[in-house]
Amino acid sequence: MDYQEKKRIEEAKKQWENRILNKVLPQFPERKEKFVTGSNQEVNRLYDPLDLEDFDYLADLSFPGDYPYTRGVQPTMYRGKLWTMRQYAGFGDAEESNKRYKYLLKNGQTGLSIAFDLPTQIGYDSDHPMSHGEVGKVGVAIDTLQDMEILFDGIPLDKVSTSMTINAPAAILLAMYIAVAEKQGISKTELNGTIQNDILKEYVARGTYIFPPLPSMRLITDIFDYCSQELPKWNTISISGYHIREAGATAIQEIAFTLANGIAYVDAAVKKGLDLDKFAPRLSFFFNAHNDLFEEIAKFRAARRLWAKIMKERFGAKDPKSMMLRFHTQTAGCTLTAQQPDNNIVRVAIQALAAVLGGTQSLHTNSRDEALSLPSQESVRIALRTQQIIAYESGITETVDPMAGSYYLEKMTKDMEKAAMDYIIQIDKLGGAPKAIEKGFIQREIQNSAYQYQKDIEDKKRIIVGVNQFRSEEEPMKDLLKVNPEIEKRQVRKLDEVKKKRKEKEVQEKLKLLREIASSEQNIMPPILDCVRSYATLGEICDQLRAVFGEYKESIKI
Amino acid sequence: MKNTRIRVLIAKPGLDGHDRGAKVIARALRDAGMEVIYTGLRQTPEQIVESAIQEDVNVIGLSILSGAHMYLFPKIIKLLKDKKVTDILVIAGGIIPPEDIAELKKMGIKEIFTPGTDTKEIVEFIKTNVNTI
Repeated sequence: MDYQEKKRIEEAKKQWENRILNKVLPQFPERKEKFVTGSNQEVNRLYDPLDLEDFDYLADLSFPGDYPYTRGVQPTMYRGKLWTMRQYAGFGDAEESNKRYKYLLKNGQTGLSIAFDLPTQIGYDSDHPMSHGEVGKVGVAIDTLQDMEILFDGIPLDKVSTSMTINAPAAILLAMYIAVAEKQGISKTELNGTIQNDILKEYVARGTYIFPPLPSMRLITDIFDYCSQELPKWNTISISGYHIREAGATAIQEIAFTLANGIAYVDAAVKKGLDLDKFAPRLSFFFNAHNDLFEEIAKFRAARRLWAKIMKERFGAKDPKSMMLRFHTQTAGCTLTAQQPDNNIVRVAIQALAAVLGGTQSLHTNSRDEALSLPSQESVRIALRTQQIIAYESGITETVDPMAGSYYLEKMTKDMEKAAMDYIIQIDKLGGAPKAIEKGFIQREIQNSAYQYQKDIEDKKRIIVGVNQFRSEEEPMKDLLKVNPEIEKRQVRKLDEVKKKRKEKEVQEKLKLLREIASSEQNIMPPILDCVRSYATLGEICDQLRAVFGEYKESIKI
Repeated sequence: MKNTRIRVLIAKPGLDGHDRGAKVIARALRDAGMEVIYTGLRQTPEQIVESAIQEDVNVIGLSILSGAHMYLFPKIIKLLKDKKVTDILVIAGGIIPPEDIAELKKMGIKEIFTPGTDTKEIVEFIKTNVNTI
């Protein structure tokens, strides 16, 4: 903005304050002393060109599909292709989940997202003592390749893209997916999808770790290496802020800690000798969409710009694809209320709107009943329809980044980028994300935010409709989904049968070989593939790795 | 009981990793003057009952969001009964459907707090009920 223009606006603003604003304020005072965003950032009464004094369109935004990608990673965004509508689903055993996936695909869903049960995520078979009561509860139970064959029965893997929320044992589930593709006669190079594979956030937010950080990072970089050669279309990691936010972080902390984790993975891979522009284009991200519409849109845009700069300036990436932050979004589970659950449909719609206005590549919308149980089929359908209404009726998809240029949004995008960068500098000083986690810094920051948020609700500084205001008497919600309690027995029986049928000698040889390679510096993927092909169980494979790598123990501070 | 601080064990049974609620409650109870021990993740029912006895707590607060509550909660209640522990108030929270709440209360869990509960309500509940056990 030139000097004359700035003077003119300042002058006019002063006049407006005297002539209009200051006359109104005494009569009609504002509702609150201080206005804040969902993440407690102060919000001004008004934003105008003076807030964007040093705004530089080409440097700060540029055009979509071009550095620094603030306006989106593709030049045409949703005019070319809508985001992938991807509902996270899975429960019970492979047969039941297969039915749910086919239902979702038939209803217009465009990609699969597999939820695994906790024993699978933590590397226990369904017959392990720790698995009792958990089999098939929060996702599908997978013990052997046979379960994966059933899970994708009738779903051609070259026609869908599949996202798998699997972290500590990601290498094993990826190997099973490859093995199913082989049986369907589909080449590895055709496979399209994502494994979450993000262990660092498990230590601070999600809790499904198995091994200590060092060997966990090795598993991850082995996967980067393997996929860059064998599965060129596969997203090798989904660096996740989602769970960090769910654990209580603010929007700024969400991007700061996620990108700090991203930096740690890139560092580890570069250190291992991998070619940056070979693996970096396959890194993907996963963010939360909370209630504060503008703050969330700003968050996505700030994250995109910040990551582009980090990749270019810090790591010296050359390929533009290495600089593009592509991400999946899920609406915020922690904002769903058990009270008046139908209100959640509206919350989800606002959050989904933020994700789309923020330029997401794929989206999961939560169901209204998820503060009470796993979602029923009807609730899942409404959630999917919400995305379809935004996509086909709202009009926001018809132009690229329609919110750009809003004084408020651009100011907030800039402020969030800076605040996140300040955190990253702080984490760098602590020695990087793994060290900051070891020292409990990130956990502490998240816990403090979570506690503050709860206190704000209890002090009514923050209003949650139906919870701390506008309450009403209500009938308990009906038709909640119940996981069949017989599933666990059925799953254990299936596991026994597989073990009886397989060639035991071969399984033991493959497991032994895996253990040897785990102790060496060779890539772990080929021996894991051999193990799953011989129907070694997930638990058996993880036990070999536990024997070599050890197990992580959390240090508890509250 | 009047002059001593209420001792609470906050526990995460099973494999569930969602600990935001457990940690917030732990801190709120501490701020309300109680002594709080938090077990951390992945505790078996046996470990929880063992810790409760060793730490000589007045209250056990269980948190599950994974749906395994109908297996793990009754097991903890049974272990307490087997060990003839009758003076510990057991409460719980998490993603728990209404019909399960009714059943769990019959088994001996005194109260179940679902998402959206004010922590002051939990503090009050503990203070009112801890002496009646």
